[in-house]
Amino acid sequence: MVASCRVREWLVFPLLFSIALLAVPRSARADWAEVRTRGELSWAGDLQGGEPYVFESPTEPGKIIGFEVDIAQALAVHLGVRARFRQNDWSNLIPSLERGDFDLILNGLEATDERRARLRLSSPYFVYGETLTIRKGGPLRTLGELRGHRVGTLNQTVAQQLLAAQSAEVVLYEGQQEPYLDLAQGRIDAVLLDHVIADRYGCPLPALTCVAGDLARGSYVIGMRRSDPELATRVDQVLAQMVSSGELRAILETWKLWDSRQSELGARAEALHAPPRAARSSDAPARFSATQFGLFLHGALMTVLISVLAFAIALPLGLVLAVTRAHAGSLGRFCATAYIEVFRGTPVLLQLYVLYYGLASVIRLSPVVAAILGLGLNYAAYEAEVQRGALNALPRGQAEAASSLGLSRLQVLRHVLLPQSLRIALPSLTNDFVALLKDSSLVSVITVVELTKRMTIVAVELRDWLVPGALCAAMYFGLSFPLSRLSLWLERRFQTS
Amino acid sequence: MIRISGLHKSFAGKPVLRGIDAEVAAGKIVALLGASGSGKSTLLRCLNGLETFDSGELEVAGFALQPGAHAPRLLQGLRCQVGMVFQEFHLFSHLTVLDNITLAPRVVRKEARAAAEAHARELLTQVGLADRAQAYPRELSGGQKQRVAIARALAQNVKILLLDEPTSALDPSLREEVREVLRRVAQGPQNLMMLLVTHEHALARELSDEIWTLDEGRIASREVLSA
Repeated sequence: MVASCRVREWLVFPLLFSIALLAVPRSARADWAEVRTRGELSWAGDLQGGEPYVFESPTEPGKIIGFEVDIAQALAVHLGVRARFRQNDWSNLIPSLERGDFDLILNGLEATDERRARLRLSSPYFVYGETLTIRKGGPLRTLGELRGHRVGTLNQTVAQQLLAAQSAEVVLYEGQQEPYLDLAQGRIDAVLLDHVIADRYGCPLPALTCVAGDLARGSYVIGMRRSDPELATRVDQVLAQMVSSGELRAILETWKLWDSRQSELGARAEALHAPPRAARSSDAPARFSATQFGLFLHGALMTVLISVLAFAIALPLGLVLAVTRAHAGSLGRFCATAYIEVFRGTPVLLQLYVLYYGLASVIRLSPVVAAILGLGLNYAAYEAEVQRGALNALPRGQAEAASSLGLSRLQVLRHVLLPQSLRIALPSLTNDFVALLKDSSLVSVITVVELTKRMTIVAVELRDWLVPGALCAAMYFGLSFPLSRLSLWLERRFQTS
Repeated sequence: MIRISGLHKSFAGKPVLRGIDAEVAAGKIVALLGASGSGKSTLLRCLNGLETFDSGELEVAGFALQPGAHAPRLLQGLRCQVGMVFQEFHLFSHLTVLDNITLAPRVVRKEARAAAEAHARELLTQVGLADRAQAYPRELSGGQKQRVAIARALAQNVKILLLDEPTSALDPSLREEVREVLRRVAQGPQNLMMLLVTHEHALARELSDEIWTLDEGRIASREVLSA
């Protein structure tokens, strides 16, 4: 009875913890009156989106520029307040807006029915076309032809929805340049993204070509909280004024963004503000289904696969590094030390980027292979130090006794030192494996959809972070808890022996 | 035999051996006495190549050792002839008693496991531990550990046995069992040359043919004991 209560306690704790983490503070919300009082309109975007949206000036480091910066400035001036930019991860702009972290989103936010149901969307300030980019000589031309092909795009975009509707294999990226680099390397078959992005990052690459004509059209709008009707009204008034006065056109021309598509701005504004049509079942947030649970399991399997294989690299490599550092000549020691310091001293995220994108022209690794290799090489540095510490913890007499029996240095290591040091290191190694399980979520930056990435995708689909977040936490807990107990058990066992 | 000529050794500039000259004939047992820091253990470790020396010459079981680092192959050959027993036993904690004893014969001399184990069981009988072959070091008393360490050193069929204070780390109540094993080994059929570092004068007199007393890195006196 006591044992079963303890098990329940262990299960309840992570759920409560994850709920506490996911709970959203809502006290920071502000309405138009507050904006006016503080004299500041805070707007958010993601600098990673790059040129021409919102980005750091290459000539004046620290200065934020971009056509959306100019629009935000103009908007603030018309509203009689200051504009203040807030950096926010693009994928989380909407939840952050709802938390009250800022007043509005102004960063390539596409007008969709789902967003319209969740937020107050302004009139459009830009009309974009969906551009298909392929390798030169490639056969793909239309949306229908993309079925079954690996097509890259950004998460939570209209392009993603279009591709999913065509049953294409959607490969999601965090940044705008990466899908085109992967396309050029042959890792994917095509990229579907807004023409603003394609024109700058895809079409100019010598290996690529952009299919003429837009596969679809849409508009960028400003997103505001549903609880801010007055702000939304004022923003729309200002945008209408900017369109009619030519101010918006001037800004877009400055950034070489004015084209024939922008003639649709007025019509799209009217359509956007038409009375809402009867709600369709597809407008409602999706519900968590068995299919999504299956996708979660697939994500968990990917997490386990990457973690196990990465550790299978890290352990032996770490051992070689530890032994080299402890027993080799000065050159060997220097090389092992340099490896350990470089891999421990730089972020694993950076190493993944370099391995996957930076070395793509030298060696073309698949995302999963790059993820396994990147984490394996990084963790080898940590495992090396764990195992070196364990080797140093052995009494010097063990090596001397073995040597005095005539064993060579290699035989001393193999038969006497390593079997003992591995027992000492085992609890730490188990802990490191648990850490690796969680760090494996970083590989989503190179397009691998593992457990955490799957959670974010599903959360956006459901417009709910609580259920997917709790399930994700439960799955990580289910994977790591037995290992943590194993680590404790090993620790106790070796302490008693 | 062992021939030592003008042996000097220092640690970080501090002399520990200051010109040792001596010879030990095959089958003889020599006890090394002296205060702590007089150089007894260092001399023993030089004889087994665990320490290098600064100057002088050493010839041990037909192997000539020169000042400075020794070649690995030379050391491996030397150590197949010269066994060593440490004050702190240094048994391998992850191996059973039997595996502790058979490790070197199997790995260094490439003996078949069955033959190595048969020999190990004979040695365990000699040291009175035939029934502890499958025990792990943690399951043994200090005296038993040292008896296993002696059996392990003998397993290589060595001609010379170096013993570095083999009873010092033991409770007085456990010392006698090790002394008894040493008596048996000294009188045993192997006809071993033994160099025994000890603080036990009575044991030295009982077992040895000769007693050297070291003082500040030199042999201050030699006493040949009549049989």
